[in-house]
Amino acid sequence: MKLIGLISVILCGGLLFFGVTDFPGWGDPASPASTHVSPYYIQNTLADTSVPNIVTAVLADYRGYDTLGETTVIFTAAIACFFLLRFTRRLEPKERFYRHVPTGITLRISHGGKLPVESEAFERIDSLWSPHDVIIKTTCRLVVPFIQLFALYVIAHGHYSPGGGFQGGVILGAAMILYALSYDLRSALLRMSEKIGAIFCATGVFIYAGTGALCLLSGLNFLDYSALATVFGGDPVAARSHGIFAVEIGVGMTVMAAMIWIYYNLSSAGKHDEGL
Amino acid sequence: METLISTFISKYNYWGYIILMMIGLYAMMVKNNLVKKIIGMNIFQTAIILFYISIGAKKGASIPIITHAFNAAPVSIHPAGYINPLPHVLMLTAIVVAVATLGVALAVIVIIYQRYETLELDEILKIRKETG
Amino acid sequence: MIWELDVFILTLVIICAVGAITVRDLLGAAILFGAYSFMMCLLWAVMGAVDVAFTEASVGAGVSTVFFVVAVFQTTREAKD
Repeated sequence: MKLIGLISVILCGGLLFFGVTDFPGWGDPASPASTHVSPYYIQNTLADTSVPNIVTAVLADYRGYDTLGETTVIFTAAIACFFLLRFTRRLEPKERFYRHVPTGITLRISHGGKLPVESEAFERIDSLWSPHDVIIKTTCRLVVPFIQLFALYVIAHGHYSPGGGFQGGVILGAAMILYALSYDLRSALLRMSEKIGAIFCATGVFIYAGTGALCLLSGLNFLDYSALATVFGGDPVAARSHGIFAVEIGVGMTVMAAMIWIYYNLSSAGKHDEGL
Repeated sequence: METLISTFISKYNYWGYIILMMIGLYAMMVKNNLVKKIIGMNIFQTAIILFYISIGAKKGASIPIITHAFNAAPVSIHPAGYINPLPHVLMLTAIVVAVATLGVALAVIVIIYQRYETLELDEILKIRKETG
Repeated sequence: MIWELDVFILTLVIICAVGAITVRDLLGAAILFGAYSFMMCLLWAVMGAVDVAFTEASVGAGVSTVFFVVAVFQTTREAKD
C-alpha cells in the first residue's frame, strides 16, 4: 500500500510539475485571471454599492446566492453532528462526583445515584476537576466580554476593513467555547442551551433568505438589494449597502450557533454531562 | 534545453504548492490512522486555497479595499493598483466548507471509536471481517 | 509582496505539514496542525489577501484546532504508525 501510494503521488506530482510550465508568472498584472471580469468589479464596486471593501461587496451582493448556499452548508454540518452524536445509546453515567464546598471533601457516588440539584453544600464536578483554577476562571471571565465586543465590531465594520459576517461569527462562537473551556460544560449549557443554539442557527439562514425574498416580493430579482429602496425609502446605492449589512448579520448568527453546537456535541460525545 | 531549465526554474513558487498538495494526498492514501487521514485532507484543502490566492497576487499592488477620503469619491481607480479580489471571494467559501467538513468527519471518528475501540484502519477491517 | 519572506514562510509551512502527519502522538499532531494553519494565515497576509487571512486565523488556528483536540480527548491519544 505504501509503495502504491508513493508511486502514484510521485507520478501525479511529476505531471503537475510539467503542467505548471504553461502558467503565467507570479504577480503578473496581465495574467488571464486578472484581465476579464475582475477589472469591472474593482472599478464599479464603490459606485454601485458604496462599500469600499471589494471582497465583502462581491461576496454578499454580486455573488450573494453562493453565500446563501455556504450558510446552508454550515447549518447542515451542525445538524449532521447533532444527529450523529446525540442519538447513541443513552446510558446512565456510571458514577457522579460531588464536592462538599465548606470542607473540600469529594464524594463519588456510583450506580447512578445522585444528590438533589438544589443542595447548597454540594456542587457537581467533572472527573477531571482540579482545585487550583481561580486564575483561569477569573481571566476568562474578564476577557470574554471584550472578545464578544470585538466580534460585533468585526461584523459591523466589514464594509470598511477586513472582516464581515463569517469572521465575526466565528469569533463570537469562540468566546462561548472559551467560557465552556474555562468553567465547565454544564455552566455553559445553562447560559446557552442547545435548543437556543439550534434556533439561532435556523434564524440566521432565515434572515438571509428572508432578505432575498423581500426583494423578490418588491418586484426585482431574488437578492437584488436595490428593491429595498422602494420598501424602506432612500436611494438604491445606500439600499445595497444596508442589504449587505442585513445579510452579514444573518451569516454571523448562523456561524456562531453552528460552532457552539458542534463544540457541545463533540466535546461530550453527545452525552452533555462533562466536556473537555 | 537551457530554455526548458529556465522555464522550470522561473515557476519555483508553484513547486512549493504542488509539494504541499502531494503531502496531503500521500497522507490521505497511505496512513492507517483515521485522524492522520483527516489531517491530510485538511492539508490538501488549504494547499489548494493557497494556490488560488497566489493566482490573484499582483506585483506592486495594494489590498482590495478602495482608499478614499470620507464622503468623497476617489479620482480614478486603476485595476492594476489593486489585487484581484475574485479568488479571495471563492476561497472564503472554501475555508468555511472545509471547517464544516472537519466537524462532521470528527463526529464520525468519535462514533467509530465508540463502536470498535480503535482508530487504526487495518484493525477495524479485521474486526469487521471476524464479526461478519 | 516580498518574495523572500514568501519563500521562507513556504518552507516553514512544508516542514509543519510533514511534521503534523509524522508524529506518533495525536495531540502533538493536532497542535502542529494549528501551527500549520497559522503559518498559512501569515503567507496569505504577505500575499495581500487580508480577508482570507483573517478567516483562516479565526477558523483554522482557532476553532479547528479546538475541535481536533476535543476529538483526540474523546478517542485515544496514541497512533500506531
